[in-house]
Amino acid sequence: MSGDDLEVLGLLRDPVRRALYDYVAAQGREVGRDEAAEGAGVSRTLAAFHLDKLAEGGLLASAFRRLSGRSGPGGGRPAKVYLRSPQERQVSVPPRDYRTLAAVLAEAVDALGGDEAAEEAARRVGGRVRAAGLREALFERGYEPYEAEGELRLRNCPFHVLADERPVLVCSINLALCEGLLAAVGDDRTTARLNPRPGECCVAFTSKNNIR
Amino acid sequence: MHLAQLNVAHMRAPVDSPQLADFVDALEPINALSDSHPGFVWRLKGGPDPHDTVRHDYGDLLLINFSVWASREDLWNFVYRTAHLDVLRRRREWFHRVAEPYSVMWWIPEGHVPALAEGMDRLDLLRAKGPSPDAFTFAEFHDPPAA
Repeated sequence: MSGDDLEVLGLLRDPVRRALYDYVAAQGREVGRDEAAEGAGVSRTLAAFHLDKLAEGGLLASAFRRLSGRSGPGGGRPAKVYLRSPQERQVSVPPRDYRTLAAVLAEAVDALGGDEAAEEAARRVGGRVRAAGLREALFERGYEPYEAEGELRLRNCPFHVLADERPVLVCSINLALCEGLLAAVGDDRTTARLNPRPGECCVAFTSKNNIR
Repeated sequence: MHLAQLNVAHMRAPVDSPQLADFVDALEPINALSDSHPGFVWRLKGGPDPHDTVRHDYGDLLLINFSVWASREDLWNFVYRTAHLDVLRRRREWFHRVAEPYSVMWWIPEGHVPALAEGMDRLDLLRAKGPSPDAFTFAEFHDPPAA
């Protein structure tokens, strides 16, 4: 366990900070102080204080933007904006390290040319999940589903480090896992497909009647 | 500097066979996606038709992709963060699995249009000596030489 990670995650014990962090993370884009304050239901001054604490700790990234969209003289002063930091923090007691094991197994699958067997296994593992519905199953696994352009998209890739190392293998496994989840919740009106975008999960769900 | 990349794939059947039909159908949309993608600089085209594949003397069943990009991130986002990823996912339907490296990258001066032989030499270099600043991969990437 990294003591640094524990200390950083300790920042989220404060309920106001936690609410601000959750709000910023859920937007998936840069958020200004006014908006974050409103989203978390606190004053702008309090929000600014805690947002900066989260940025100092590295849980949020910050930048200055002219929110008016205008630049140059008359564009107004740049405002501070916040975005969830992509840096992972993990705490486990006792210490556990599933990531190294996953990296070893992924390398072995690649070496054996075993992608199809890995996808079949992922479909079976997904199929064993118990959940009330697709959204619940996705939320519980950290995918952060949201609706956009008639699809159910996933804001977060739970396998980010591995997906970055071996995108084709890990994204194919992820798609199969999502197909397994659909089967597990008995949703045969929805299909999962690869529709990747930078910074998000590679899978998107489309409903046959296009309304979810 | 710009990033040149070349990759080869060994087709399971001739490019005009039914086995390759889905792949050939994907060429037009994927090439359009590549050519309009942020950071796209150049691509070696097989001919005026969007389905034309690169013509070469390295064997009938060898498919070659050869392109130039502004940065690693631009190339990465095209390869793995667009509809191109689904073509990669299905690659075994159309291409043989190969044990040796099949994809290579290297830095070129901006404005340079690389010749195919140059790219194939870089792939040979990667296969012979492993990743180096002259021939590397996404997994073992090298930044451009300092100006």
